[in-house]
Amino acid sequence: MKPSPDSKMWSSMMWSSVKYLERRVLHAVLLLLGASILSFLFSSLAPGSFFDEMKLNPQISPETVAALRSQYGLDQPWPVKYFRWVKSVLHGEWGYSFAYNQPVRSLLVLRARNTLLLTTLAMLMAWLIAVPVGVWVASRRGHWEDQLTSASTSFLLSVPELVLALGLLYLVIRTHALPVGGMVSTGFDRLGFWGQVSDLAAHLIVPVTTLVLASLPILIRHVRASLIEVLQAPFIQAARGHGISRSRLLFRYALPAAANPLISLFGLSVAGLLSGSLLVEVITGWPGLGPLLLEACFSRDIYVAIGVVMASTLFMILGSLLADIMLVAADPRVRTDHA
Amino acid sequence: MITSKKKSKKKPIAAAIFLLALHLAILLAGFVAPYQPAEQNRDFPYAPPTRIHFVDSRGHFHLRPFIYQSVARPDSIYEYTETRDQEYPVRFFVSASEYKIAGRLPFHRHLFGVDDPAHIFLAGTDNYGRDQFSRILYGGQISLAAGLLATAISLLLGACVGCVSGFYAGWIDESAMRVAELFLVLPWLYILLAVRAFLPLHISPAQTFLLLIAVIGTIGWARPARLVRGIVLSARSRKYVIASRGFGASDAYILRRHVLPHTYGTLLTQAALLVPQYVIAEVTLSFFGLGLSEPMPSWGNLLANLQQYNVLVSYWWMFAPALALVLVSLGYLTVANAFHQQLQSGSIE
Repeated sequence: MKPSPDSKMWSSMMWSSVKYLERRVLHAVLLLLGASILSFLFSSLAPGSFFDEMKLNPQISPETVAALRSQYGLDQPWPVKYFRWVKSVLHGEWGYSFAYNQPVRSLLVLRARNTLLLTTLAMLMAWLIAVPVGVWVASRRGHWEDQLTSASTSFLLSVPELVLALGLLYLVIRTHALPVGGMVSTGFDRLGFWGQVSDLAAHLIVPVTTLVLASLPILIRHVRASLIEVLQAPFIQAARGHGISRSRLLFRYALPAAANPLISLFGLSVAGLLSGSLLVEVITGWPGLGPLLLEACFSRDIYVAIGVVMASTLFMILGSLLADIMLVAADPRVRTDHA
Repeated sequence: MITSKKKSKKKPIAAAIFLLALHLAILLAGFVAPYQPAEQNRDFPYAPPTRIHFVDSRGHFHLRPFIYQSVARPDSIYEYTETRDQEYPVRFFVSASEYKIAGRLPFHRHLFGVDDPAHIFLAGTDNYGRDQFSRILYGGQISLAAGLLATAISLLLGACVGCVSGFYAGWIDESAMRVAELFLVLPWLYILLAVRAFLPLHISPAQTFLLLIAVIGTIGWARPARLVRGIVLSARSRKYVIASRGFGASDAYILRRHVLPHTYGTLLTQAALLVPQYVIAEVTLSFFGLGLSEPMPSWGNLLANLQQYNVLVSYWWMFAPALALVLVSLGYLTVANAFHQQLQSGSIE
C-alpha cells in the first residue's frame, strides 16, 4: 500500500504513527521506572552492605562504620534510598560507587560503550548471516541442506554461551591465531589509525563469534518458519507462474511479506544477546558492563550493580523500541491499527 | 513424509530414555562413581583420562577391559606414562569406599573399579587429583536439583498467577500482566548477578543453594504465567464451563476440574524448556564464583577451573563437565520440541 497522494490522508497517517510511537515511548519509560523500583526492592531485602567487610577490621570502630553508613544513606528505608537515587539520576550521577569513590555514571559510560560495540556488531553479523541462510533453507525445505541446518541449529541451541566462549578461547589460544583478553593490545596508543582498527578487530573476533553462534540458531529457525508460511501464499504461486526468478521471488517478494514477525524478534533478541554478552565479556576479558557488574557483586557496590542493571534494561527497551519504529516504517497496517 | 514422522517420534523417545538414564546415574552418584567427590590423589594432579584397553602388550585380546597403572614421568610435571608390566582388569560391582544411599543407608558397592594401586579416571583428574568423572556425577546432583527445583518454583508461581489472572480477568489481570511484562523485559542474567550481589557473600552452602534456587525460580515466572493465562482465558468461556457454572459449581471446582487440565501440556513443555535454562543459570553463577563454593562440586565449579588460561589450553579433559551440560540441554530441548509439536497438532482440531 503506497501512501496516497492525498496530503490529508498522508498527514493523518503520519499523525497516527507518531501517536503510536508516543505510546510506546511512554510504555518504555514506565518499564524503566518499574525496573528501577524492583532493583531497589531486591536490594533492600538483602542484609549487609559495602561497609560490612570493614566491621571485620579491628582498626575501624563500629561507630565509624555506622557513620559511613549514614553518610551514604544506607541506613535509610528503601523508598528514601530510591528517591535519593532518582534525584542523583536526574543530576546525571546515577548514584555513587563506594569502591571507586566516584559517581557511577563515569564508570558506566565507557563500559556501556564497549558492550554496545560488541553487541551491535554481533547483532548485525548474526542477522546478516541468518536471513540469507534462513531464506535459502526455507526454499529448500525437506532437502538435505534443510535437514543439515536444522540438525546443526538444534545442536548449537543446546550449547550454552559459556561453553561456546570457552571452546573458542581454547582454539584461539591453542593456535595462537589471535590476541586474547582485553580490548586492545599493550602499545595500542603507538599504533597508527589502521593499526588500531585492526588490533581492535582482532580482539573482537572471539567475543563476536561466540555471540553470533549463540544467537544464530533461533534467528535461522524463525526466518525459516516465517518464510515457509509466506511461500505457501497464493501470491507467491502467482509470481512463480509469471516466471519471476527464484532469487528475486525469495528476496523481493517473500522476504518483505515475512518481515513482521522477524522485526518483532529483533526486539526480543536484544535480551538474549545482552545476557550472552555478560558471560562472553567476563570470559574473554572484554571491558564491558559484565566484568563491572561482577566486580560490583564481589565488592557489594550496590549502586554500580543497579546502574549496570538499569543500563542493560535501557538497552533492551531501546532495542524493542527500535523494533517498534521499524515495524511502523515497514507495515502501514500497524500505523492505522493503533490510531 | 512417513519417514520424517517416524523419525520425529523416535528421536524424542531416545532423548527421554537418555535423560532418564542420566538422571538415574546422577541420583545414584555414590554407586556409579568409583570414588568420593572430595577424595584427593596428590600424586595425580591433572592426570589425563585413563585409557581402557582390550588388547595387551603381547597382542592377546581380553574380553574384560583392563587398564595400566600410570605413573608420573620423573622429569616433568603433570605428565604421565603407563607402566605396561601389569594389567588391572576393570571389575564390576566392586566393594570400595563407603557412601550413603538417600543420605542414610551405608553402602560400599560401586558399579565399577580397579584393584588398588591403580586408579581409573574416566574423565581425568583436576589439580588435586580428584576424579572428574565422580565429581561430574556428584556435581550433577546439585546442578540438576537446582534446575528442577527452580523450574518447579517458576511453574507453580506462573500457574497460580496465570490462573487467577485469566479466570478473574479485570483489573487483577491487567496489573498482573503489566508486572509480567516488566519481568519479561528485565535482562535476567544481570538481575540474577545483581541479586546475588545483594546477598551476603559468605553464607553456608545449603543457604546459598536454596537462596539461589529461589531467586532463579522467581525471576522466570512471567512467561509460564502469560501462557497459562491465555489458555485459562479461552477455556473459561467454553460452553461446558458455563454449563457447570449453571449447575452451581464453585470457582475452585471449575478451575481444578475444567480449566487446569488444559494447561498441563503447556506447563510440561515449559518445564522441559526451563530446566536446561536454569541448570545453565546455576552453572553460570557457580562459574563466576557466586554460587556454591568448593569443595562442593557443581558443574559450574568444575568448569571454573577453565578460567585459568593454562588449564584451558593444557588439559582438554577439564571440558568434560561442559559435555554433560550440553547433553542435558540437548536431551531436554529435544523432549520440549516433541511436546510442543504434539501440543500444536492436538490443538488444531
